[in-house]
Order: sequence, then C-alpha cells, then structure tokens
Amino acid sequence: MEVFVVSLLNGLVYGMLLFMLASGLTLILSMMGVLNFAHASAYMLGAYFAYTISQYIGFWPALVIAPLLCGLVGAAIEMWGLRRVHRNGHIAELLFTFGLALIIEKAVQMTWGLLPVPYRVPALLDFPLFSIYGTHFPAYRAFMLLISALMFGAIWLGLTRTRIGLVIQAALTHPDMASALGHNVPRVFTLVFAAGTALAGLAGVIGGNYQVTEPAMAFTMGPIVFVVVVFGGLGSLLGCFIASILMGLIQTFAVVFDVSLADLLARFGFIVTKDTPFAEVLTVTLPRVGALLPFLMMVLILVFRPRGLMGTRDT
Amino acid sequence: MSLVRRHWVWLLALVVLLAFPFLFFDWSKGRHSGFVLTLMSEIGVMAIFALSYNMLMGQAGLLSFGHAVLLGLGAYCAAHVVNLVKAGTIWLPTELVPLAGGLGGMFFGFVLGWLVTRQRATAFAMITMGLGELVSAAALMFMGFFGGEGGISIDRVMDTSLFGVAYTSPWQVYCLVLAWAFIAAMLMRLQTQTPLGRIANATRDNFERAQFVGYDPRIVRLLQFTLSGFFAGIAGGLYVLIYEIVTFDTVSAAKSANALLAVYIGGAGGFFGPILGTIVVVLLQSGVSLLSNAWLLYVGVLFIVMVMYAPGGLIGLIFMHVPIWRIGRLRELLLPYARAFPPALMVMLGFVLLVELLSFTTIGAAQGKKFAIGGNVIDTTAPLPWLIALAALVLGALWIRREARGFRERWDALIEDAKRQGVVS
Amino acid sequence: MRIRIWISMLLGLLLAVGGGAPGWAQQTIKVAYTDPLSGPFAQVGDANLKQMQYIIDFINSKGGALGKKFELVPFDNKSQPSDALIALKSATDQNMPFIMQCSGSNIAAALIEGVNKHNDRNPDNRIIYLNCGAVAPELTNEQCSFWHFRFDLHAAMKAEVMVRALPKTTTKVYLINQDYLFGQSVQREVRNFLGKVRPDVQIVGDELIPLGKIKDFSPYITKIKASGAQALMTGNWGPDMNLLIKAGVDAGADLSYYTFYAHLAGGPTAIGAGGENRVFSVMPFSENVAPEIGNAEADAFIKGFRDKHKFEFTSAGFRTIFEYLQAAVNKAGAVDATKIAFAMEGMSRKDFLGFDTTMRKDDHQLIGEYFVGAFKKGVKYDAENTGLGWATAATILAKDIDQPNSCKMKRPKI
Repeated sequence: MEVFVVSLLNGLVYGMLLFMLASGLTLILSMMGVLNFAHASAYMLGAYFAYTISQYIGFWPALVIAPLLCGLVGAAIEMWGLRRVHRNGHIAELLFTFGLALIIEKAVQMTWGLLPVPYRVPALLDFPLFSIYGTHFPAYRAFMLLISALMFGAIWLGLTRTRIGLVIQAALTHPDMASALGHNVPRVFTLVFAAGTALAGLAGVIGGNYQVTEPAMAFTMGPIVFVVVVFGGLGSLLGCFIASILMGLIQTFAVVFDVSLADLLARFGFIVTKDTPFAEVLTVTLPRVGALLPFLMMVLILVFRPRGLMGTRDT
Repeated sequence: MSLVRRHWVWLLALVVLLAFPFLFFDWSKGRHSGFVLTLMSEIGVMAIFALSYNMLMGQAGLLSFGHAVLLGLGAYCAAHVVNLVKAGTIWLPTELVPLAGGLGGMFFGFVLGWLVTRQRATAFAMITMGLGELVSAAALMFMGFFGGEGGISIDRVMDTSLFGVAYTSPWQVYCLVLAWAFIAAMLMRLQTQTPLGRIANATRDNFERAQFVGYDPRIVRLLQFTLSGFFAGIAGGLYVLIYEIVTFDTVSAAKSANALLAVYIGGAGGFFGPILGTIVVVLLQSGVSLLSNAWLLYVGVLFIVMVMYAPGGLIGLIFMHVPIWRIGRLRELLLPYARAFPPALMVMLGFVLLVELLSFTTIGAAQGKKFAIGGNVIDTTAPLPWLIALAALVLGALWIRREARGFRERWDALIEDAKRQGVVS
Repeated sequence: MRIRIWISMLLGLLLAVGGGAPGWAQQTIKVAYTDPLSGPFAQVGDANLKQMQYIIDFINSKGGALGKKFELVPFDNKSQPSDALIALKSATDQNMPFIMQCSGSNIAAALIEGVNKHNDRNPDNRIIYLNCGAVAPELTNEQCSFWHFRFDLHAAMKAEVMVRALPKTTTKVYLINQDYLFGQSVQREVRNFLGKVRPDVQIVGDELIPLGKIKDFSPYITKIKASGAQALMTGNWGPDMNLLIKAGVDAGADLSYYTFYAHLAGGPTAIGAGGENRVFSVMPFSENVAPEIGNAEADAFIKGFRDKHKFEFTSAGFRTIFEYLQAAVNKAGAVDATKIAFAMEGMSRKDFLGFDTTMRKDDHQLIGEYFVGAFKKGVKYDAENTGLGWATAATILAKDIDQPNSCKMKRPKI
C-alpha cells in the first residue's frame, strides 16, 4: 500500500514533467508537422538560462524570464530558419532542427562548460512537504505538480476560450482550410513554435534542478518526448496529457513488480530453464525493462492504431 | 569494348580509388597508411549503408530513424558466422562473409519490415525510432547473441580465401571492401530500374494512385525494406571484417542518423548523392574531429546551411549546372565562381576562427592545450585574433552579398538561355 | 558531363589531401590517448586530458625517459569502438608506442583485440595499450593480452574494496546496477564478496536498470525504503548515479550510498550538500589523502594543478601510469613496444603517495592501494566548489586486493 501511494505520487510528478515537455511538441508537430529534434534542446536551454538568472536575481524571476527567453529563441528560429526551410519539405525541417540541436549542445558546452552546473532548488521550496510512510515528499515536487497543472489549465483555456486559440485549433486539424479562411497561418506558426519552445523552456526551469543540469540532458530526454507525443496522438492535447501521465505511471510501477515472462509461463505449467530457447529474454524481469516499455508501447500502438491514443488523424 | 565505353565512370572510379591510398604510402617504411585505408574502408561501408538507406528514403519516401538496426544485426550475424567458420563448424570463403551479413540483414529486414511497413510517413519514422531504441537496449542486455558490452570479436584471418589472400593487412581488406562496394552499388543501381524500384517511386510520389493501379503499397514497402536490409547487412558484414569486432553501437541511433545525414547532404535525388554525402560525413567525423573539438558544431552548421540553401544536396548542386553545361556555356560561370571564392573563404575562415577561439577560451584552455595555427601559438586572450575573426566574418559576409547579386544575374541569364534552347523543361 | 565532374572532383580531392604526407621524426615519445572528447560524454575525456597533460609536463620536467619527452596525442573516439580503432591505426601509422584509453569496456575490448592483431601482423611496429579505467574483469582474465596493461583495479577488485569498506553496523544492503556487462559484473562480484567477507550482511534487494534510460529514480527509492536497506551499493555512473542519489537525498531516505564513480567530474555538483556523510566512493586516488598522511611533495603536486586549472585533480593517480612508463622505457633502453612491455611486467614501485604498487606479471593488472572516500565538510580540497570533499574513510592496501586471476598469458618471442 505505501509503495503504491508513493509510486502514484512519483509517477504523477514525472508524468507532469513529461507533459510540460510534450505539450509544446504536440502543438508544433501536429500543426506544422515538424519533428522538432531541438525541442529537448529548448528544455536544456531553459534550465541553463534559469541557472544563470537565478544566480543574479533569484529563482522566481527566472521562472518567468527563462521561458520567455526560450520563446524568443523559438520565434527567431521559426521566422529566420524554419519558415525558409518549410518549402523544402518535412525532412529538411527535421534536419534543420537536428543541426540546431547539435549547435545548441555545443554552444551550451562552450558557454557553461562540460560539467553539470549547480542549479539548485530554491531555499524557499527546499523542505519536505509531508511524509508518507517515512518517505519525504519534497515541497518542490508539489510545486512542479502545481506549475504543470496551472500550465495545463492555461493552455486549455487559451485554446478553447481565446480567438487565437480557436485559430490554432483550426490550423491544428485543417491547416489549409484555416489559411483559406484568411488567417495568417505563418504568424500562427511562429506563435505556436515560440509558445512550444517557451513551454519546453519552462519544463527546463523546473526540471533542471529536479534532475541534473548538464549538456547531455537534451540528448537523454529527446526520444521519450517523441514517444509521448506520438502515443498520445497528433492534434490532441488531452491525448498528450493522458499519454504523459500514463508513461510516468508505467515507468514508476514497472519498477515495483518483479515479474518476468518466465513467471507468467510458469502459471501455465511451462517451466523455463536455462536450456529453453530464448531463456535470456524470457527471464528478464519487468523492472529491468521498465524504462523501455514506452518505446514498446509506441511501436505497438503505431502498428495497430496509427493515430495514437486520442489523435484526430493518422500520424 | 562497348562495355568499357558504357561503364567508364565506374572503371575510372575504381582505378582512382585503388590508386588513391598510394598517395599516403610511406615509402621509407614500405607500408600503407593504416589510418587512410581504414578511413576509406569506412567510407566504402558507410556508402553502401547510405545507398541502402536511400532505397527507403529516396526511392520509397520512407524516413527511417532506425536503419542502423539492420546494419548492426547483419554485422552480428556475420560475426557469428565468421566464428563458426573459424571453429570449423561450417565453411565459407572470407570473401563471402559480407553475403552472410547481407542474408542476416535481409532476414531481420523482413521480420522487422513486416511490422514497420504497415505504416508510412511519420508513423513509419516513429516506429523505426522505437525499434532502434529497443534493439540497442537489448544489445546491451542480452549476452547470448550480442555479447554484451564487449560485443562479438572475430579474427578475419581464416585461411578460407578463394584467392589465397590472408587479409592480414588493411590494404587487402580495403580491396575487398572496394569490390563489394562496387558490386552492391551496381546492384542497387540496377534495382532502381526494376519494376519493384519503379513502383517504389510510385508509392512515394502518389500513394493512392499506386494503389489504384493495383499494387499493394504495403507489399512494395516490405519488399523494398527487406532488400534495403540485405544491402545494409552487406555493409554490416564488411564492418565486421574491417574492425574485427561488432558492438552495440552499430545498432545505435547515432549510426542511423549518420545514414540520414549522408543521404541528405549528398542528395537523395541522384543515385550517387549518398556516396558524396558519405564522404563528407565520414571526413567530418573522423578527420575534422581530430583537429577540432567543435566538429559537431560544424556538422550542425553544415546541415543548416545545406537545408536552407541546397535542399537537393551536393548532387542537386551539381545537377543544377547540367542545363548550362548542355548549352555549352559552363565556362562563363568560372569567373563569377572565382570572384565568389575569396569572400566565401573569408567568411568560412572567420567563422572557424571565431568558433575555435571561443572553444579554446572555455574548453581548450582548461585542457592545457594551446591554440596553434601552423606552429604559431595564438594568444586567445589578446583582442587581435578576435578582431581579425570578426572582421573576416562581417566583411566577408558583406562582400559575398555583393558578389552574390552579380552571380545571380549571370546565373539567371544562363538558365534563361538554356530555357530558350529547350534543354530545361 | 560526368567526366568533368568526376575528374574535377577527384583532382580537387587529391590536391586537398595529397599535400600532407606524414613524415614525422621521433623527437618525443608519443602516447596516443583516445576517449570521447565531443558529444554528450565529452566531460570524461576532457577531464582526463587536462589532468594527464599536467602530469606529463611534470614527468617531462623530471627528465622524461631516455632523454626524450613524452607527448600526449588526443584522438576523439566519440564513445565508438570503430573510431577508437581508427585512432589506433593513426597511432601505429605514426609509430607511436603507446595508446591509452580510460572509458568504456566495449572500447577496451575492441582495442585489446585490435592491438593483439596489429602486433601479430606487424612485428616491426608494435604498440602497447595502457588501460586507465576500463574495468571489466574479463580484460585481464579470459581476454588478457601481453600488450594490455591495466592501471585501475577491475570491477571485482573494486567490489571487494567496496564490501570491505562497509561498516560493521550495516547489515542490510540493496544493489542497483546498470543492465550491461559492467553493471552485471559489479552485481555478481559484490554478491560474491558479501558472501565471502561479510556473511552477516543480508541483500534485501538486487536490481538491474537499463543503461541511461531512467529519468526519475524515486520509484526505486521507494522500493529500497520499503525493503529496509541501510546501504545502497551501486556501480552506476553518469546520470544513472547522479539521479539515483539525488532522488534518494530528496526523499530523505536514511541510506548510505556506496558508489564507484561519485567522485568523478560532475558527481559532487549533482549530488550536492544533501549527500553529506552519506555518499561514499571507491576511488584510486583522493586529493585529501596527501594532506591527511602528511605527504608534502604530493600535496604540492596537487596544489599546483588546482592553482593552475581551478579544477579537481581526481585522477592524479594517473601519475603512477606515467611513472611506470618512464621507468619501463628507461629499463628497456629503447622506445620499442616489445622491450618496454617486458620491462613493465612484474615491475614494482612506490607510488607518489608512498604506497607499494606492482604490475602483476601474470595478468598485467596493476595492484595498488585503493581508497574509499566519504563526502564530508571540512576537508582541505573540496569538490567542485560544493564546500564538501572526499575524506578518506578507508584505505585498502595492495596486498588485501591481490585477487587471483585466470589469465593464460601468451608472450611473444623477442
């Protein structure tokens, strides 16, 4: 029971962090069709910006300024780079962001060095909020939950209640139609790309001190974000949200259950020994592959249901 | 004789490639440069790999993020086969080891292809990415087939050569790689002209229409994927012979990315594009990386410049000149090119200098290295080198803008003329 | 039209590359060094490189060997065995007698095989592989080679050090390791030595995690807490270790962490003050040993580096490698890989901290003292400006870790 409750909380925190990263990418990918490899780089930039800003004027201003900076970077990238590349096709856009990711990584290494930087949780939030069954639940994690929930609400309201949100939603599902109706789709693209990058930056600001702020953080975070977005389905923010939480929970709970395929087979009276073919594969326990489950799930869902969990169109 | 006349390009390339390593021959010691030979062998292998990747991307319009899985699994198969041969269980000439890799790659190409080719476009890309991650994680976890972190080692000296070659020196291996690269390239070239190759193009260009004509695009994709796996596996088999070891990084995402980059930089449009791209990518990776820590940054900048200004890749740039060449006025571009060259060089040098200066103040200095050009140590704290770099960059950029205008006019005029003469549609 | 393109292209290439045919005179004794110097793991090679450079300068100031100076030639291998092998080719082209590599047993295995084959096939141009940190036990057991010298304890020996450092009060431990060859051998060996040395200790959990894939370790911490473990023993490195300890500290788990790599560049920053008195690291060298045992010469050596680079000198132990090289080259009387290898095996020296070390003849494994550092306040040299540093909690002498080996060494005929 105690393991269950604590795991649930942890899974939720991690899922929300994933959501913050993935929501921006969902917008970008669904609307512009850009497989943005630099998205995780924006996450990294957010963390590094926040680190530098918090050294001078503290964490709280950084919470606002760093994502804005990331948004500016995103807008610049879209206006002077992506828009130009857009006419050369999706693969060109993808490679553009790939090149960008390489440049950002090197730029970060040259600016902040190769080692992790001491970006710490602000003192105000550095205390255990409560203890369940002897395990502290750091206040900072609650804060992360809060921020991501606020963000989810804000995006939701923004998309459903504002005019620009409605245009974005329209462009999300029917970009050609929206453009035909006279909306300035390129400007919407810039806005969405900037907003997506800013969201990734925000994720970086609050994820950077929860994890470790180092030049490899983009590289390690990259693939999982794509998994969440594709699993959730293109064009659906809610799908993305559910997928994030699901991935968070799955990875958390996979750790708890020490079972393998061999155990399952044993239920049916089939005993796996060393000489059984594929014994090595059959005896792998769930915690060992927990972190790989998202990839497996993504492959399976795409093979059988290419629109993902709640997507509005095929990936 | 007509054979020679028809295929003189291939023959010339073969002669040049055979002669090239002798430029680096160390006459005083009477031996080849192992570095150059290995690098060229690597180019050979990666060229096959990139061409096989282009069977998916260029021909069938399938963007894969996990193509290295086929290369790596082919390589593992070849490595196991070599070890069986060495143990005397089976007999296979050394020359045919790549074929074993190819069959392995084909097998996995079919099995995995059955799964992934159910989809196309982005879904296909994401499935291949997921599979790539899964296979590379499995390669570390399962000792039996993959040998864990240490991988599978082989000894390529098996005494089973058809020609009595021992394969002790890199030169012998290079010749074998060259032979296989030519065979594979020709086969892939031929494949583009088979009905399958044509239909693959059709499913890429107009997926619905290909369906209406009566072809099941899924079967076309599957066949194409399987064949592509075969050639990737051949590359894997050669990889094993060159390095005599295969480890988990052969299936990694980084290797897959290499193929994508090579194909894109070279140009997916022309058959030889991926080969050009491979040369650039391998030289950047294994050559420039010896000179500069910042090589990844240069790679990034190169991509961005390529996708922004030359989406057709290097081969596309070359093909652009074809109409002008056909009206016989190519030489009129010589002067504009010559005029654009110095500012372009200036921009490049300025940029490189700036990046290296930056890199040295932050990372290099800490490594205790000195920034030296041709033996002259340069003080990275003095303002002069920075000023020179900045000036070269800015002035070069301004100058090149000026030149570009003239170049553009000349170019447009020539293309206009080509159009008039009806060599451009 | 193809003709011109091909010809001009090839001519261009020939001109571009043909100019620089190699023709180096052997003024210095070159040591090729290959590790990742770019990309996400660049910090590993970067940190080693600057420390080695300092040590080499020091060794050269002491006269080098045979009147020649040592020179370090870095090659970026991007964590790829194939690139390491290309570096090897480059090194042998230039007749370098040594190649050194520290990070990754996959690359080490490839290099051992590559060096063996190269030396068999080219008896006139041999090279020695100096392993400064690839720790798979196989490399000096089943895979052992005459040309391979390992200057770091292998995983089984480190495991023994770790187990021996476990305090008597700790009776319940939890193991977490990365799911690949290295992690699996740490898992196996720690279990093995717990059984041998500390039969009173109970292993309450044993876990393998996929390498570099886990972003949130809180679920593991929950599981560990539920198991009632007092100590966590892990061979994890990089993010897998940093995030694990961070998650544990954040959750306020009452645990000690026994690691192999917490002291390496980036570890202390990531762990932070919360790891005080909790994190222990098994290390070949600790900067604070010299002041603790009052070795002024070694202290000055360390301080010199710190003053110069504003950076931890965690790998000052590499000095032992170069002292062995210096001695072996001098003893061999020629820069000849075969002679140097024969001179080096079986050699014994006192290292610069004053402890006995031996390069074992039968498996070419260096046996030297090893330390277990505790992450503490108030030490002379703190780590990465955290205010905390590694105080020596235990010193394990060479004679206590002299484990047997199964190497069947094949020696070349001179």
